[in-house]
Amino acid sequence: MFVMDHKSRAAIAKAANVDRRGFLKLSLGTGAGLVIGVYGAARPDGAKAAASDVAVFNPFVRVTPDNKVIVLSKHLDKGQGTASGLATLVADELDADWSQMAAEFAPADAALYKNLFFGVQGTGGSTAMANSFDQYRNAGATARAMLVAAASAKWSSPADKISISKGVVTDGTNSATFGELAVEAAKRPVPKSVTLKDPKDFVFIGKSFPRLDQVAKTTAQPIFTQDIQLDGMLVAVIARPPKFGATVKSVDATATKAIKGVVDVVTIPQGVAVLAKGTWPAMQGRDALKVEWDDSKAETRGTDELLAEYRKLAEGPGLSVRKDGDAAQALASADKVVEAEFIFPFLAHATMEPMNCVMLFKDDACTIWTGSQMPTVDQSITAAILGLRPEAVTIHTQWAGGSFGRRAVYNSDYVAETAALVKAYGKPVPIKVVWTRPDDIKGGYYRPMYLHKVKAGLNKDGTIAGWQHRIVGQSILSGTPFESMAVKDGIDDSSVEGASNSPYTIANFELDVHNTKVGVPPLWWRSVGHTHTAYVMETMIDELAVLAGKDPVAFRLDLLKNSPRHAAVLQLAADKAGWGTAPLPAGTARGVAVHESFKTFVAQVAEVRMLDGQPKVDRVVCAVDCGLAINPDNIVAQMQGGIGYGLGAVLKSKVTLKGGEVEQANFDDYEVLRFNEMPAVEVHIVPSSAPPTGVGEPGTPPIGPAVANAVAQLTGQRIRALPFSQNTIGGA
Amino acid sequence: MTLLTINGKDISVVADPETPLLWVVRDELGMTGAKFGCGAALCGACTVHVDGEPTRACVTPISALKDKSITSPEGLQGKVADAVRAAWIKLDVAQCGYCQSGQIMAAAALLTATPEPTETEIDDAMSGNICRCATYVRIRSAIHSASTALKA
Repeated sequence: MFVMDHKSRAAIAKAANVDRRGFLKLSLGTGAGLVIGVYGAARPDGAKAAASDVAVFNPFVRVTPDNKVIVLSKHLDKGQGTASGLATLVADELDADWSQMAAEFAPADAALYKNLFFGVQGTGGSTAMANSFDQYRNAGATARAMLVAAASAKWSSPADKISISKGVVTDGTNSATFGELAVEAAKRPVPKSVTLKDPKDFVFIGKSFPRLDQVAKTTAQPIFTQDIQLDGMLVAVIARPPKFGATVKSVDATATKAIKGVVDVVTIPQGVAVLAKGTWPAMQGRDALKVEWDDSKAETRGTDELLAEYRKLAEGPGLSVRKDGDAAQALASADKVVEAEFIFPFLAHATMEPMNCVMLFKDDACTIWTGSQMPTVDQSITAAILGLRPEAVTIHTQWAGGSFGRRAVYNSDYVAETAALVKAYGKPVPIKVVWTRPDDIKGGYYRPMYLHKVKAGLNKDGTIAGWQHRIVGQSILSGTPFESMAVKDGIDDSSVEGASNSPYTIANFELDVHNTKVGVPPLWWRSVGHTHTAYVMETMIDELAVLAGKDPVAFRLDLLKNSPRHAAVLQLAADKAGWGTAPLPAGTARGVAVHESFKTFVAQVAEVRMLDGQPKVDRVVCAVDCGLAINPDNIVAQMQGGIGYGLGAVLKSKVTLKGGEVEQANFDDYEVLRFNEMPAVEVHIVPSSAPPTGVGEPGTPPIGPAVANAVAQLTGQRIRALPFSQNTIGGA
Repeated sequence: MTLLTINGKDISVVADPETPLLWVVRDELGMTGAKFGCGAALCGACTVHVDGEPTRACVTPISALKDKSITSPEGLQGKVADAVRAAWIKLDVAQCGYCQSGQIMAAAALLTATPEPTETEIDDAMSGNICRCATYVRIRSAIHSASTALKA
């Protein structure tokens, strides 16, 4: 969690021109987004027109004359179900009917819509439900009280005689819909305080109601940035430098300009943009460009050189993150010692919808259409580039075709380049910047490459004697506006989270970190540091258990006596999977892992067999404790998705560099999980009344180590260089 | 001018004959149901039907589509399409949703040709369509559900 501090306008303006920086400034924005509900979707223009007769109860709740309750989602929904989740909170306090609920994205306005954990408007860290839980319930309860007050006045009935159920307000004699009462109700004084429901009275929370965006997404509605088409709009495809940090030296656009449909070629700080009347000519035009790049400031090292440097660094101590007891001494007298090196590759997010942004700069105002995950950042950076006040920048947030962290960028990279382009082009026409898949895979903002070095040992009685752990890799947040709250004494928590706070009781535990300087822009990737720390912690623990001759579940439970929520999900997953009891087909083994991330606890048991020299995962049993389960079916969906996303990465995905250039380009060489590789997934949710925590990311970390632990049982091999596909396993 | 038959209508388009169908339907005809995902027939987000066969619009030039019947996600209709969409909605399949019109095109083609597919037949029909949200478990269930509904 982090809270951003403010910077001056001058600093913002300066930052916007430099890579890896950001901004931030509160602003007042307006602008309707896309309303979407179980009835389908309307275009943004329709929503804008409706604004005058829509009753506004508060920043989060509006009611239309035709009885729809529109919940404004301050968070981007990029598939994780947040918009429907926030609507659930409002619907419950409002006693609405689910069929009348709809969702729309809030405008960029940090004063009203900030993430209460961040201090700016943004989505990330699996915080959406946790930071909004009371806020959106309050919004619903407030609107409810105003509807009751309006009904009371209209019918001259005492307020305590008025009840609401399934969206119908009644005093026993009269009845009305929200839509019929809305205009009067929205004029009532806003109650200073409201009493929220007792959890036993929840109607929607804890049950599974269908996603509000499901119908639109199943019927091919134009809800994505990629689908935006505006009068006179040009499409831009940008040639970016093959090496990170290179700049344009010279451009020969002769062949490009000869292509029918190409309108102009514009050089911007980020590269060379080809503007065309359609996407296809823009792509062709970009391919025909001859650009000479200035590599003098570019990153020119390849993966092999980086790895050699990381290994060298790992020989000496880094910045101390945690030091309990004396691990070196304990290991010197240990009965058995394991030493291991782990290598994790750069990973692209590879969202299904490649990055894109539509922007119109006209009459000293700017309008943006994009899947904005950090509206405050996108707004401020755009304003700085265009020389506008932030409130002159309107953002229409679109439903996003995935993010996994990619759209929450500290420097708004693809929004910033669109701003640079509309400024450089200088004509008041909308421009849609479209990234191709190779742009996406080669474009940086990766989960950084990491190297871990661990030495751990056992005492004669099978207990852990000591654990020395070193992590080498890029800090994601150093040099960004997030630095001041996430990086302390040079230690970026996102490099070490999941290891630094290991729940296992280990008397002698040391962790240090080396921050490497690499010119490849790093970024958070679904579950951030936990993507690599969980793998190392959970495979090492497993290896120690085996070495101690103990059952891997029992061994962990012994070390989790002070972490009951870890222990509970582990026990639940083990029980449901039939750990140690249910027979398995010959050649199949179970592997287990448990990990907490973003305050949500997840354990997974994977059933794995070897197929053509690689693991085939047939089934995963998953237990999750995310506090109060707001929408159980969505929790199941996020566990399924988190498992699939993590599994594809550990099995197959990697970005490698040669001479500073990315070697992969598309889904043939940046491989991801496919349909036939998806295991059956069984999810068990721990009943809880604890405050709700997120589920978007926490399903991802345990799957890799769970599979690796099963592979070790099957083959005796510990896979420590990811992805699996680059290893020869079991002699195959 | 190239004459195309899309969703039962004859449409003449001015785009260069080598233009992939995807950009003709999206940019020229304003039908955005078929999505741009990879541009290289690797992800299936752009899937349309050509004479009923699932086809990657991102690599299919319109010159190859003379006298063929093209169905885009917007134009997909009939008993199978209805059953597939109903199953998708019932099982809340979509997360981000970007790949789902391609998934639905692939599933509808499968169930039209093979009303009661085996697991292997489902794997074969669907493994060309990537979903980064990994909704695969629900897609599989929805295909079975639609198949059952069509039998009834």
